[in-house]
Amino acid sequence: MLLNQFLVLGAALFAFGIYGLLVRRNVVLILLSVELMLNAVNINLVAFESVLVTSEAVGQVFAIFVITVAAAEVGIGLAIVLMIFRNRKSANVDELSLMRW
Amino acid sequence: MTFADWIAEPVNWVFAVIGLAVLVSGFRVVTAKNVVHAALYLVGALAGTAGLFLLLSAEFVAWVLVLVYIGAVLVLFLFGIMITRAPLGFDESLTSDKKALPGVLAAAVFVTMAWASIDAFGTQLVVSTGEATPTEVLGESLLGRFVIPFEVVSFVLLAALIGGITIARRDLTPVEEEQRAGV
Repeated sequence: MLLNQFLVLGAALFAFGIYGLLVRRNVVLILLSVELMLNAVNINLVAFESVLVTSEAVGQVFAIFVITVAAAEVGIGLAIVLMIFRNRKSANVDELSLMRW
Repeated sequence: MTFADWIAEPVNWVFAVIGLAVLVSGFRVVTAKNVVHAALYLVGALAGTAGLFLLLSAEFVAWVLVLVYIGAVLVLFLFGIMITRAPLGFDESLTSDKKALPGVLAAAVFVTMAWASIDAFGTQLVVSTGEATPTEVLGESLLGRFVIPFEVVSFVLLAALIGGITIARRDLTPVEEEQRAGV
C-alpha cells in the first residue's frame, strides 16, 4: 500500500468538508461537514503513523485526541444550535444576520 | 510502480472498494437533499474510515471511531436534527444557490494538497506488519508520555459536557419560578 493513496483520499474528504461548510445553510449540516474534515485529518494521522512506526504509536494517540475534541465540539455546537433555534425559530445561517452590518 | 503492480496486491483491492465507498458517502454528506440522509451517509463515511484504519493495523482507533462517532456523535446529530425541526423531507433550500465559488475553492484545496503529498512522498510505502498495534502500547503512551495532554483533553470534555447542559437548558419563566418556589 502506498502512503499517497491514503493522503489523497484524506485530501478529497477534506475538500468535500470545505465544500459542505461553504454551501450548506442548515447549521446541523455545517457541523456534519466539520466532522468530515476532522475525519480526513484522522486518516492522515493514522497513515503517517504506519509509515513512521513510532515506539509510542504517537499518530494513533493524536487521532484519539482529535476524536475526543470532535465529540466535545459536537456537544457544545449542538447546544448552541438548539439555543439559536429556540430564540430565532430557525437553524439556517443566512437568517442569522443580526450581528452583520 | 505502475497501476498493474499496484492492483496486483489484494490489499489494494480492499482499499479501492472501501475508499470508493468513503468517497461516495462523503460526497453525499455534503450534497444530500434530505437532512437525515446526510447524517446517515456520514455513518457510511465513518465506517469506511474505520475499515481503512484496520487496513493500517490501527485496531484500537478503528473501534474507538465506531463506538464514539457512529455510536454516540451520530445519535447526538439525529437528536439535533429532530429538535431543531430541520425539514425532514427532501428540501432544496438546505443548500445555498451559490455553488460555483465553493466548488472552485474545494477543488483548489484538493489539488494543492494532493499535489503536495504526491510531490513529497512519491512511491513511499506503508509499513504493514500484518499485526494490529497492541492496545497496551497505546495505553502506556497515553498514560506515560502524553499523560498531561490526556488529562487536559479529559477536562475539555468535562467542560464541554457542563457547558452543553448550561447552554441548552431552558430558563424558567417567572410563572414557573413562582410555582417552584411555592412547592
